[in-house]
Amino acid sequence: MTDRKRTHMDLIADHISHRFGGLDVLDHVSFTVASGEVVAIVGPSGCGKSTLLSILGGLLRPSEGRAELRGAPPADSLNPLTFVFQDFALLPWCTVEANVEFPLVHTALDAATRRAVVDDALKRTGLTDFRGAYPKQLSGGMRQRVGIARALAVRPAILLMDEPLSALDSQTRELLMEDFIRLLADGAMGAVYVTHNLEEAVRLADRIVVLSRRPGRVREIVDIPMTRAERGAIDARGKLLALQNDLWSLIREEAIDAEREVQHA
Amino acid sequence: MPSARCSMLERAPQDDRVTEVRPVAFRGAGFVPKAGRASGWTALALVIALWQLAGSAGWVNPLFLPAPSAIAVALYKLAMSGALWQHVSASVVRIGSGWLLGTVAGVIIGFAIGLSTLARGVGITFISALFPIPKIALLPLLILWLGIGEEPKIATIALGVFFSTAISVYSGVDAVPRNLIRMAQSFNVPFHAIVTRVIWPGALPSILAGFRITASVALLLVVSAEMIGAQFGIGAFVLQAGNLMQTDQLLAGVVILSLFGLAVGKAINVLETRLLHWR
Repeated sequence: MTDRKRTHMDLIADHISHRFGGLDVLDHVSFTVASGEVVAIVGPSGCGKSTLLSILGGLLRPSEGRAELRGAPPADSLNPLTFVFQDFALLPWCTVEANVEFPLVHTALDAATRRAVVDDALKRTGLTDFRGAYPKQLSGGMRQRVGIARALAVRPAILLMDEPLSALDSQTRELLMEDFIRLLADGAMGAVYVTHNLEEAVRLADRIVVLSRRPGRVREIVDIPMTRAERGAIDARGKLLALQNDLWSLIREEAIDAEREVQHA
Repeated sequence: MPSARCSMLERAPQDDRVTEVRPVAFRGAGFVPKAGRASGWTALALVIALWQLAGSAGWVNPLFLPAPSAIAVALYKLAMSGALWQHVSASVVRIGSGWLLGTVAGVIIGFAIGLSTLARGVGITFISALFPIPKIALLPLLILWLGIGEEPKIATIALGVFFSTAISVYSGVDAVPRNLIRMAQSFNVPFHAIVTRVIWPGALPSILAGFRITASVALLLVVSAEMIGAQFGIGAFVLQAGNLMQTDQLLAGVVILSLFGLAVGKAINVLETRLLHWR
């Protein structure tokens, strides 16, 4: 882990615009995710958050602009930009262990190393006892843990998380949020965290990119003026709530407009 | 201080006329049919018994509907004479070869249509145009092309199997959740590995469902093809028995076809249980 901190890899959104047919979804979105930094992307429904994440992760070609990497990923990283999906995207015919191993099978790692990497990822996510289970046998929270273990197995430099908690109940969300805070605590791994949930954004992110309604533009970039460790303190809660309210006031009107637009669509 | 329960019970109706207490009627029954194996076998046994009774009592002419016991005797005689195996083996070879050829071609073309834009454009057009043609109608043409041996019969079965297989395969490929493919791409999993480790297992339920259909198609076509031009085979045997008014032997042939269909269905069940245990 110490070695991983010495390398730096920034992810840059450089004037990214995107169109689906005649529909403008993103309009010249630019920001940088510095090495080890957690950046949340929030905005009204349909503002292009997930589209932006797909472009940043190389799964979608932007109509204009580009996603860039600056610097080198950690030497041991097998997939510097790694997604954690909202719907978990687990292979239902594979056990937990096989799901976690899936992205490793086609790498140069030998079987023993793969096994060790999988064991470590399962241990870090508390899944060791469930390695032989199939996804259908797991709760939503456990399935997302498998998704996280699979992401950790390839030792990413930056996690790209697309509303990873939105399909889960509130208690499971809380538990997984604690897991995310713990996993990102040492700054060895950065993250782009797309969410509707402003509470999640202020708890996890170092910076929050607020997008306008469609076509999504960067409306504001908000710095969170305290470390994640400090945010756990009781007296920090008031400040976080105030930040959350500020964010909400930034997007409230547009969220209402976006909702009306969805209803009329 | 009364307990909560007491206080709720004490909330007596204000109106003296409303004093009746009755349970809420259950409305959730039905719409969850379960296949009872015992009831199925019992019903089958009852039908056979009734049929036997009708035959034994002389209610039906045995020339038109021989009793089950007569069919069993005919089957036994066929088995003892060796004719049964001659006919069954001829049909099994034709079905096996035709089904295998059609399935291999169907799986390859189905995957090509499911994965390639060019193959989809061309393949779906051809399949849409050719699928509705009853394949048995092509048998005379295939005899002209391939001669009067086994080839035209096998080709007829293969053609019938091919179209259904290709359709079930590309439908299965289309039904593989796109999020799984994107997940694999996000981990830089190579194309061939996405096909073998994501798309193939994801499409397998549809492919196996297709096998169930193509097994029936193959059976139908082998009987039809053998009725048109074969000396041996269950279809030929049933036709000969019909021509000679040997209805007990005719129905013995039908029983063999039924058993064959059941065996194939059972084999596919076993395959599904083994390969789709994760569902």
